[in-house]
Amino acid sequence: MTTSNVTASDRKLLDLLADDAKLTAAQLAAMLNTTEEAVAARIAEFEADGIIRGYQAIVDWERVDANKSMALIQLQVVPEPEQGFDKLAHRIMQLDQVEGVYLMSGGYDLTVVVQGESMRDIALFVARRLSTLDGVRATMTHFILSRYKDRNVIYHDEAVRETRSYVFDD
Amino acid sequence: MINYSDFLNKEVAAIKPSGIRRFFDIASEMDDVISLSIGEPDFSTPYHIREAGIDALEQGKTWYSPNRGFMELRNEISHWFSRKYQVDYDPSTEVLVSVGGSEAIDLCLRTLVNPGDEVLIVVPSFVCYIPMTELAMGIPVPVQTTAEDNFRLTAENLRRHITPKSKVLVFPFPNNPTGAVMRREHLEEIAAVVKEHNLMVLSDELYSELTYGDEPHTTIASLPGMKERTIVINGFSKAYAMTGWRLGFAVGPEPIITHMTKVHQYAIMSAPTMAQYAAVEALRNGDKDIVYMRDQYDLRRRLLVDTLNQLGLTCFEPEGAFYVFPDIRSTGLTSEEFCEKLLYSQHVAVIPGNAFGDCGEGFVRIAYANSLENVKEALRRIKVFLDTLEK
Repeated sequence: MTTSNVTASDRKLLDLLADDAKLTAAQLAAMLNTTEEAVAARIAEFEADGIIRGYQAIVDWERVDANKSMALIQLQVVPEPEQGFDKLAHRIMQLDQVEGVYLMSGGYDLTVVVQGESMRDIALFVARRLSTLDGVRATMTHFILSRYKDRNVIYHDEAVRETRSYVFDD
Repeated sequence: MINYSDFLNKEVAAIKPSGIRRFFDIASEMDDVISLSIGEPDFSTPYHIREAGIDALEQGKTWYSPNRGFMELRNEISHWFSRKYQVDYDPSTEVLVSVGGSEAIDLCLRTLVNPGDEVLIVVPSFVCYIPMTELAMGIPVPVQTTAEDNFRLTAENLRRHITPKSKVLVFPFPNNPTGAVMRREHLEEIAAVVKEHNLMVLSDELYSELTYGDEPHTTIASLPGMKERTIVINGFSKAYAMTGWRLGFAVGPEPIITHMTKVHQYAIMSAPTMAQYAAVEALRNGDKDIVYMRDQYDLRRRLLVDTLNQLGLTCFEPEGAFYVFPDIRSTGLTSEEFCEKLLYSQHVAVIPGNAFGDCGEGFVRIAYANSLENVKEALRRIKVFLDTLEK
């Protein structure tokens, strides 16, 4: 499936699922004015074609384990002839701690998102595993200290909970 | 001891306080209530509109505005009507900016009604029309719409309520609480009766922008010969999620707007200045916000209607506003019993239909101005509630 095959109603379906993957085919069908079977079939096609890459829970890990840390690590890389940055990106992808690898514009070439048990854990990971890789010229580690909003979900929202007053009818 | 009742105005003293308050009192004691009771968008005002308000404050624009509202805003309101509905209003004489649509409704009734005049009021509808008519010493004449007519007003129904004393028709579509809309073909027959009986129409179109389906809202003022017999009331609260800014407006024939302006001038002076600057931005650059919010409401609307019908709470498809009005008579409960039990047992707040007129008995109003997540969860709880009722 190429992107040109994605219709306007497909976009709505994908938008809804991207926001809430737990919507059932029946609920989606009602909202999109189609049948449950049609929705289920379309989702299966998106899954088979890799347009839908997976379904995950969004976990507030800091409340599970206060030490758990996350960092963005920028890498300056010497590109390889023919393969550019791909070869190194593929090597980095294999490492378990790595959540994401992105080719970037700007002063650094790759950005690597790393999860660790602690800041120290991540710092050691960078020192031992990333900066020692062939082709890595420089690294810069940015720790995430607090998450205000992530993947469109607002964190620390206790203060901004429902404040609408109960106004009688209007 | 002062006997205060000797001092009270009889009309004011006679107004019934809302019987729904107690539901809110109960609901406010619970911390996991899903409230589908509030007639207020769950969206915050779009940021570029808030920014225009912030800029106005930052630049010290904190003075009164002209009584009728800033010319800049009245111009935009006039453009908006020409652009959306092909009806032209002169911004200098036919537009009045008010403190919410509510104030404009009050101004309009006070300006038109003499003691003893009959005011035809479509019900079920927003709760303010009857008390405001009574305060103006008019006689409210409820015109009941029914589920069989999809809660639309028909010419025949209207005719049955007209007497020589009939003067004003309060015409609230898209309707709160039913979600009913009047399409052009339905408006035409009403317009004919209005002209035949020389009535003036107060058309409350606060929910105009929340009309679903391919065909947009049609204002009754756009029908031939109706502009001169219609005062259209609209506002920013519902369309642009601006409830707290308190800004609405009325457009209509110059002589009526001029007299409404006098009442407004003495009671209110002028609408909030910074809100008016924000509203200019809304009218100029807010069309895409309306589309976005309407699309979101539409998804929830479809989910609610589909699920409620499956659960046996039949509801006709509401084509406007953000309410569904399911029939709950199959449960054997009254509207109030249904709402009370649902609130106590499942912590979901909805409003009994009879709050909007006696003919709303047997129905409840569910507002879907709430997140999809909450709508989903509320539906799950309503299902549990209905299952336990059956046992």
